[in-house]
Amino acid sequence: MIAMAADGDLWSQLFNFANYGELLVLLQNSIIAGAVLGVIGGLIGVFVMQRDMAFAVHGISELSFAGAAVALLVGMDVVLGSILGSLAAAVLIGVLGAKARDRNSIIAVLMPFGLGLGILCLALYPGRSANKFGLLTGQIVAVDNPQLGWLLGIGVVVAVGLLLIWRPLTFDSLDPDVAAARGVPGRAVSIAFMVLLGLAVAISVQIVGALLVLSLLVTPAAAAIRLSASPVVVPILSVLFALASVVGGILLALGGSVPISPYVTTISFAIYGVCRLVEVARRGRRRAVAAA
Amino acid sequence: MSGPFLTDRTTASTSAPDGEAVLRVRDASLGFGDRTLWRGLDLAVRPGEFVAVLGPNGSGKTSFLRAVLGQQRLDSGVIELQDRPVRRGDRRIGYIPQQKLIGPGTPMRARDLVGLGVDGHRFGIPVRRRADRERVERLIDAVGARRYANDPVGSLSGGEQQRLRVAQALADDPVLLLCDEPLLSLDLQHQRGVSELIDARRREHGNAVVFVTHDVNPVLDLVDRVLYLAGGRFRAGTPEEVLRSDVLTELYGTPVEVFDVGGRIVVAGIPDAQTHHHHEHRHDHDGAGQERDA
Repeated sequence: MIAMAADGDLWSQLFNFANYGELLVLLQNSIIAGAVLGVIGGLIGVFVMQRDMAFAVHGISELSFAGAAVALLVGMDVVLGSILGSLAAAVLIGVLGAKARDRNSIIAVLMPFGLGLGILCLALYPGRSANKFGLLTGQIVAVDNPQLGWLLGIGVVVAVGLLLIWRPLTFDSLDPDVAAARGVPGRAVSIAFMVLLGLAVAISVQIVGALLVLSLLVTPAAAAIRLSASPVVVPILSVLFALASVVGGILLALGGSVPISPYVTTISFAIYGVCRLVEVARRGRRRAVAAA
Repeated sequence: MSGPFLTDRTTASTSAPDGEAVLRVRDASLGFGDRTLWRGLDLAVRPGEFVAVLGPNGSGKTSFLRAVLGQQRLDSGVIELQDRPVRRGDRRIGYIPQQKLIGPGTPMRARDLVGLGVDGHRFGIPVRRRADRERVERLIDAVGARRYANDPVGSLSGGEQQRLRVAQALADDPVLLLCDEPLLSLDLQHQRGVSELIDARRREHGNAVVFVTHDVNPVLDLVDRVLYLAGGRFRAGTPEEVLRSDVLTELYGTPVEVFDVGGRIVVAGIPDAQTHHHHEHRHDHDGAGQERDA
């Protein structure tokens, strides 16, 4: 009996759909923000994979966290702080780490510094501790209208920016030497990409938290690449997977009392797992056909 | 064309009259730190001509290629493409890189790799124009890649990928095909296939070919002239004129023997120092040793 009651408690902490309609209205801004994040996370993830920059995403998100924490401490806008932190990290990594080997060491140097700075600021911050944790592990923030405006605006900038540099960025990601020989301004394209990546990370931090950004900026694209090699299908799948993860995560998390991020990361991980299984099954079938 | 192809610093002579050369190198010098890669380099490459650039590791083959691409500034002298100084990203040059295997998990099919050569440099909404789509199809046929045009690039063999890279380089009917060890790590059959592709193209379209390689043998019967770089100096001429014991001995400044082994040219006695202490910042190609292919 006692065990069952405890089970019920846990269940209602995780999933609680009482008053769901009202909550939905209350949190519709978060859902819209999540959808925007899904679209740009899915798109930019394709390039993060191709440029082998998962570690850079993690590094940028820690500095984004630092920026947000500093902003929280000094009473600045948290989103703005996180954007500034992100951009600084992204540009530093882009400028200093043009070569892959340099890049990893620069990230490894920047990342603990950013985390440390962030932790210092949080320790000094006298306000509510929920705000503190939220930056690292995500939160269902009641996104207010001005904030939603920020997120939407940045989302549009990132999506349009990516579309405009799509082909040169693809070329440069695959084969920088040939791309340069064929007239792609590699350095400018790389820096532009880093700026867009910084912006995408900054808004991801607001929803899923600095530690879990990879689940939206890497996992969906990594899953999509398992299923297709078409340069059109992969970004579309990646966006769908990211959307399912973040919007699905928010919808499930609405009534519960735990942060949103475990829902998002679990869905995104499950999608990846399924994609790998599908890939294995397909390969097995192809081998069977080849053998027949 | 006849005449003294043998050129060096003192008897500088270009092999083609002005106006006829696609690529012209005039009195070009390049070094890193206190080391000279080459000095007073003169070379004129005519339309349709196949020139192999040879030399040991660290002799400046890759730097020469980067200079032609406008990615490496010369210490002095000038390199001109159709009578204008070369610049970065000039689409009159088709560039075929070393074969680097593209792994699985690259979201790209064979036709997309070719397509990058056609419009991969263009900014803006990534929708391919109709004329460009047709161009991609023609290029796929031109290199015989129709059979695997829709396969993921990552699933193709090194030789198949390299054919696609040739197609990519041919996108704008280049006047100069610049090849950087394009046969490296290909098996013999694909070496043959890719080099014949490059040869047929220059015969039909009259584009010049500059072919950097550490091993001239796979293309020996296609080559019109070689440019041999070694020890800060160079020799240019037909293979018969340059790949000789006396010429290379003078170039290296140490006794070097050139053997003809059943149609293959083997150079023995290249000083070991040539293969070490190189400060070129870009990767150079491996395969060192006392005895090696020319």
